[in-house]
Amino acid sequence: MADQLKNSLPKKPLLEIAGLTRRFGGLTAVNGLSLTVETGELVSIIGPNGAGKTTLFNLISGLDAPDAGAVTFEGGDVTGLSAERLAALGLARSFQHGRVFGNLSVLDNVLVGAHTRLRAVKPQIPLVGPLVELALALIRPPSVRAEEERLRAEATEIVRMFGERLTPRLDKPAHSLSYANRRRVEIARALALHPRLLLLDEPTAGMNPTETAEMLEIIRGLKAGGLTILLIEHKLDLVMQLSDRVVVMDHGARIAEGPPAAVAGDPAVIEAYLGHKAVGAANQDGPNQDGGRDAEGDAARILVAH
Amino acid sequence: MLPTTFGPWLDYTINGLVIGNIYALLAVGLALIFGVSHLINFAHGSVYMVGAYIGWLCVTKLALPLPVTFVTVAAGCGLLGAVIERVGLRPLRNAPRIAPLLATIGLSVVLDQSAQLLFSPDPRALPTQLPTWRIAIGGGSIGALDLLIAGVGIGSAGLLYGFLRFTKLGWAVRATALDRDAAQQCGVDVDKVNRTVFAIASALGGVSGLLVGMYYNTIDPNMGFQAGLKGIVAQLIGGVGNVPGAIAGSLLLGLIESYGIALFGTSYRNLFAFVALILILVLRPNGLFARARRLPPEPLTGTFIAPSRPLVLPKWAVWTLAALALALPLVVQQPYLLQTLGNAWLYALLALSLTLVAGTVGQVSLGHAGLLAIGAYASSLLALDAGVPVLLAVPLAGLVAAALGTALVYPAFRLRGHYVSIATLAVGEIVTLVILNWESLTRGPIGVTGIPPLSVAGKPLVSGQWVYWVPLIVLLAFAALQSRLLNSHLGRTLRAIREDDVAARSYGVDLNRYKGLAFAVAGFIAGVGGALMAHFYSYINHETFPAPVSMLALTMVILGGLGNVAGAVLGAAVLVGLPELFRAAAEYRMLIYGVVLLLLIRFRPQGLLGTV
Repeated sequence: MADQLKNSLPKKPLLEIAGLTRRFGGLTAVNGLSLTVETGELVSIIGPNGAGKTTLFNLISGLDAPDAGAVTFEGGDVTGLSAERLAALGLARSFQHGRVFGNLSVLDNVLVGAHTRLRAVKPQIPLVGPLVELALALIRPPSVRAEEERLRAEATEIVRMFGERLTPRLDKPAHSLSYANRRRVEIARALALHPRLLLLDEPTAGMNPTETAEMLEIIRGLKAGGLTILLIEHKLDLVMQLSDRVVVMDHGARIAEGPPAAVAGDPAVIEAYLGHKAVGAANQDGPNQDGGRDAEGDAARILVAH
Repeated sequence: MLPTTFGPWLDYTINGLVIGNIYALLAVGLALIFGVSHLINFAHGSVYMVGAYIGWLCVTKLALPLPVTFVTVAAGCGLLGAVIERVGLRPLRNAPRIAPLLATIGLSVVLDQSAQLLFSPDPRALPTQLPTWRIAIGGGSIGALDLLIAGVGIGSAGLLYGFLRFTKLGWAVRATALDRDAAQQCGVDVDKVNRTVFAIASALGGVSGLLVGMYYNTIDPNMGFQAGLKGIVAQLIGGVGNVPGAIAGSLLLGLIESYGIALFGTSYRNLFAFVALILILVLRPNGLFARARRLPPEPLTGTFIAPSRPLVLPKWAVWTLAALALALPLVVQQPYLLQTLGNAWLYALLALSLTLVAGTVGQVSLGHAGLLAIGAYASSLLALDAGVPVLLAVPLAGLVAAALGTALVYPAFRLRGHYVSIATLAVGEIVTLVILNWESLTRGPIGVTGIPPLSVAGKPLVSGQWVYWVPLIVLLAFAALQSRLLNSHLGRTLRAIREDDVAARSYGVDLNRYKGLAFAVAGFIAGVGGALMAHFYSYINHETFPAPVSMLALTMVILGGLGNVAGAVLGAAVLVGLPELFRAAAEYRMLIYGVVLLLLIRFRPQGLLGTV
């Protein structure tokens, strides 16, 4: 799925975040956070609700600008660059609560994902560029039609990754889809961009265990294909199975980082999830059988079990 | 002539503060309503007008004493506000966000037109029973009415503060404004809060109308439109939903206007308010007193436009309908019928233009008549003053409207939702005011006379059939082009912006570029439409394309289905053609449009053919 890796910049991380800070009034949502993602790596970010994970994604993807710190993507400084410019550089993301285009068909949703790859979109000259684009859209020379056909075929192919769940609904408007299917459309749309880096914000939120397992296989496949992924996820068994590295956030800062197994046993992480008292209790009682059924309950159980 | 002594400036200041007080009564109500229901109430100006008329009935027909008049106006308008909330807005609580906005526009039309039918469109005098003494202060003076207005302003602010701060219902109002769902969970009766807020806001608005009527000693059924806009401007200056901000914004707006009139003259009065509005929206979209920037919350799908399944006409049906329409003059020869339908096709051009920006891109423009005006003036003046052949002047006018329209709306590109509507409304008003005031170019209030008709090879196309055919052929050509555009990658890109602009940006869609493209295409189509109108009408002035035309265009677009090309044509044919053919009296027409708009929003928001 990913473009051929460039070998010109060996050992330079694909994404490098240094001292990133974002404040909302009195609240510091992201607090001096640093993080690197190497090409081909899958890094997961976990942490309790309100830890600043989604704010971090917004800062990386250009929807929000940091108050301090720097983001480097493929060796270039992209701090404060707009979302549309970052998309053109090969950064794609999904959204926590799902942001599909409701009145567009599944196929059109995925095709919007390929927007930055269209040749008609490329001329960035003010005034002339948009007029050329308009002319190409109205006249539609053979090259434009061929490109459109090719992208349609490719988008259909991407949707096919999700099997019988999405393929029969290719021409249905996205608002008619189930919640889980909207999340799938989001990922399909992100893949159509041919991302160099894929940001996934809770891709399995609202999915049942079967659906979660399917999503795990899909993400595993993407990773095997060489795609670099930064993942926010509450379902820790999924994180443990997929990640090369896990970063734990709390109160906007990184409190732990390392291979999944090491992070899961870190007392600071258990404390962040269960509160201060729980650290001692967990050590005494072993696995907590009565944990809540929600994602954070899951998280706590897995952390304690390790 | 500029006043050189201090005295007149004091007068202007007093005048500005008095007017500011009146705006404050409107703006505070708007801020309260926005606080609890996140809605910019376009019907607020109409309530203000109703207040003035209730006052007029009390003073001239019933000869009631002044305090009783005030109480009656407040009670009457408060009741009206509660009814508006219950009948017009509560049923739309779970509808897409565009629905209540449009409903307040529809309500405003219905109220204004009903008043026009009941009391005639002519202005009426509203005498004040106050003594006429004035106190001289340092070269200026203050009259009893000035003091009354100041007293009512400060008094109502005090009462409102007491209500919000010290009563249980007031707490409920503040709680609802902070977090509606949380308030409801805690047992706050949110419906009651909404009703109360609408009643209070409307009572204040009505009193404001009464005071203005007394201040200028004249009222008319259309006085609410401009006043409502001023209230909205004042509220935006202070920051939407911010009550103290609304008061400060109102006083500031009053002063800006008063000093502006002193420097430039009365005919520029409204221009200051709208230029101030655009500046505020561009420079400080959250108002002068707002705090830090924030990313808008993530919506679920399609929150602004209702989900819908459009009815797609098969190709053969479209071709058949087009052929039938083209062949009609061969069968039907009544000039009146052909002229009416020709006019409907001209309006369909406007609807086509609006459905692209409001429907496809989701930027609900309320100033679209301004594009017609630009096209009409450009073509007429090119033909008359520059000697350009009409056949060339029409497309040139389209280009002028495309360029000017896009440039004027450009500052609003960064805005979302309701703010776009307000900004475009202001742009439409600015266009009208510039036409009125730039006399050396536009001939000002006299208008442009003797506009040459469209002619081909020296043969003027003015006969019955050409009045029908020319607009129809132009319409079919543009409709075909627009359909082609919607089928290309641009179609899905523009619609993606409408559905979720944040997600669109994250996939590389440069909003300015595509909004600009859409407005340019829309400006071209509407500009050509306006130019054709000018050449058929042979006379235009600044009132040929008033704000209600924009409202009519919006009704057509919603009737047909947002973004729906065939729907725009159908909407224009139904709304312009049918009333004419049924010989509905002209004065009832706008009322019918308003009622149609309200019924559509309530019962068929996706229109007849569906949102595309």
